[in-house]
Amino acid sequence: MTGIYDDYSPEIHPASAMDYVPVPQMRELQLGRLRATLSRAYKHVELYRQRMDERNVSPEDIRTMSDLARLPFTVKADLRDSYPFGLFACPLEEVVRLHASSGTTGKPIVVAYTQQDLAVWTDAMVRMFAACGLSRGDIIQNAYGYGLFTGGLGAHYGAEALGATVIPISGGNTDRQIMVMKDFKVTAICCTPTYFLHLLDRAADMGVDVRELPLRVGVFGAEPWSDSLRRHIETAGGIKAYDIYGLSEITGPGVGGECRCQAGLHIFEDHFYPEIIDPDSGKPVLEGEEGELVLTTLSKVAMPMLRYRTRDISSFVPGSCPCGRTLRRIRRISRRSDDMFTIRGVNVFPSQVESALLAVEGALPHYQIILTRDEGLDQMEVHVEVTQPVSSDKVGALESLHNKLAHSLNQTLGLRVKVRLVGPQTINRSEGKAQRLIDRRNLEQ
Amino acid sequence: MKIHQLSLFLENTPGQLAEPCRLLAKVGVNIRTLTLADTEEFGILRLIVSDWEKGAQLLREAGYVVNVTEVVAVEVPDRPGGLVELLGVFEKAGINIEYMYAFTFGHGDTAVLIFRLNNPDAAIEQLQAAGINVVGSTEVYSRIEK
Repeated sequence: MTGIYDDYSPEIHPASAMDYVPVPQMRELQLGRLRATLSRAYKHVELYRQRMDERNVSPEDIRTMSDLARLPFTVKADLRDSYPFGLFACPLEEVVRLHASSGTTGKPIVVAYTQQDLAVWTDAMVRMFAACGLSRGDIIQNAYGYGLFTGGLGAHYGAEALGATVIPISGGNTDRQIMVMKDFKVTAICCTPTYFLHLLDRAADMGVDVRELPLRVGVFGAEPWSDSLRRHIETAGGIKAYDIYGLSEITGPGVGGECRCQAGLHIFEDHFYPEIIDPDSGKPVLEGEEGELVLTTLSKVAMPMLRYRTRDISSFVPGSCPCGRTLRRIRRISRRSDDMFTIRGVNVFPSQVESALLAVEGALPHYQIILTRDEGLDQMEVHVEVTQPVSSDKVGALESLHNKLAHSLNQTLGLRVKVRLVGPQTINRSEGKAQRLIDRRNLEQ
Repeated sequence: MKIHQLSLFLENTPGQLAEPCRLLAKVGVNIRTLTLADTEEFGILRLIVSDWEKGAQLLREAGYVVNVTEVVAVEVPDRPGGLVELLGVFEKAGINIEYMYAFTFGHGDTAVLIFRLNNPDAAIEQLQAAGINVVGSTEVYSRIEK
């Protein structure tokens, strides 16, 4: 085979053919799938029917992809409110798999898959792995957690369908991960970037130089990470590190991923239609401008998502990718439009931290959350200003306050949190408002 | 008979102690004695100053959280067993000492100690009954200035 793809895809996997479909053909396919999804959603899901009726929009009104903007958004709260099965668009007996998110407040969110949905998910994962240069013959160590979390099983079935050899090792037990990586001659690993960092450090302690192993590709996702961290990982691990994107509400991992150009994440838009909107106005932003990523599922049967607001901030990468894929690309997720953050796989809102602090006697409105990454593990520290009502001339009283705050945070968040009492007026305030969250995790180690 | 003590919350980092002392020095408030109770992360600076009201106001204006606590200054003979006698009075009366510290210099053949007590009024009564001199604020300052 000759041509411009040689440098990037020595072998195009058959499933990847959809990655190269000309744009007009792709739009036509998307429109057909969107209309089918809408009529199913309208017919079977009460929430979607109500919302569309309220706006006087019927599935027949959607005649072009730009008409999509007439449809209402779906938000995470809709999934919680319809817990567990309220957004299903098919009878339960057609559902063959359920996954659920790690919810920290109240109920988790539940997502469902029919046989066909699993096939679509697997298809997207195959294309995602293929885009990273993986194929039959690769030995993939899947260190994403297996279970209710979509990461483990999603990557597992995708890697198997690719034809690779899969090691379903799941997360944890770092020493065993390193032994397996070395002894089984692993060529690719799937995990979070921070876990891989931890693995590198541990390997060094054990006298294993990962650069000398056959490992050549890392497929990293499930948390935001920076380009500088990528460079560090690539040098320290002697691998190519690829960023992937996904969320349970849409399917799990496999919504998009980088190709070997590492110039943005291609969205598998024949299944998942992306929009970038202004999070405040809800209107689309100009091409290339930053905004909130909104996704609509085009193929899902069990649980279609219409204009789901991901709260992830990104932008479209203009132009075409040197790899030849026609799929649109988004820049790596830089941050979220709400103030939620994820630490060690747990989603946390600053408001939860606030209520945990206020549950302790004595009002403590001035706090700041500081996230750091220490030896590949995320750490959360909460600084609390000592104010007149809680101050004391006795050390014991302040130590007891400190312990109560730490206990309350642990109880509320299910996380070990370091509490630090700081002096009054030491937390930066801009325009009188304290900056609640300082995330230093994206900086260089 | 009680004395006003100022206490300040300080973070346990370099420069934290110097700043309030500098502020007091600027307006001529003299620090009579001080003690610092510290943990790994924070400290509490306790001060007896020549003008507690002026000192407290100044420090609060500078953004410090200032607690004003009433403490008892007691004169004890500067000889072996001097302190034991005094502590015996507290023990008998069931008075708890939260913390204590001393003035940095003595006065003649006595030393002056500062006590933070759970029941200062009862303590003063008991001490006076035992013939132990409780030193009032004006007396503390004037004596030391001699």
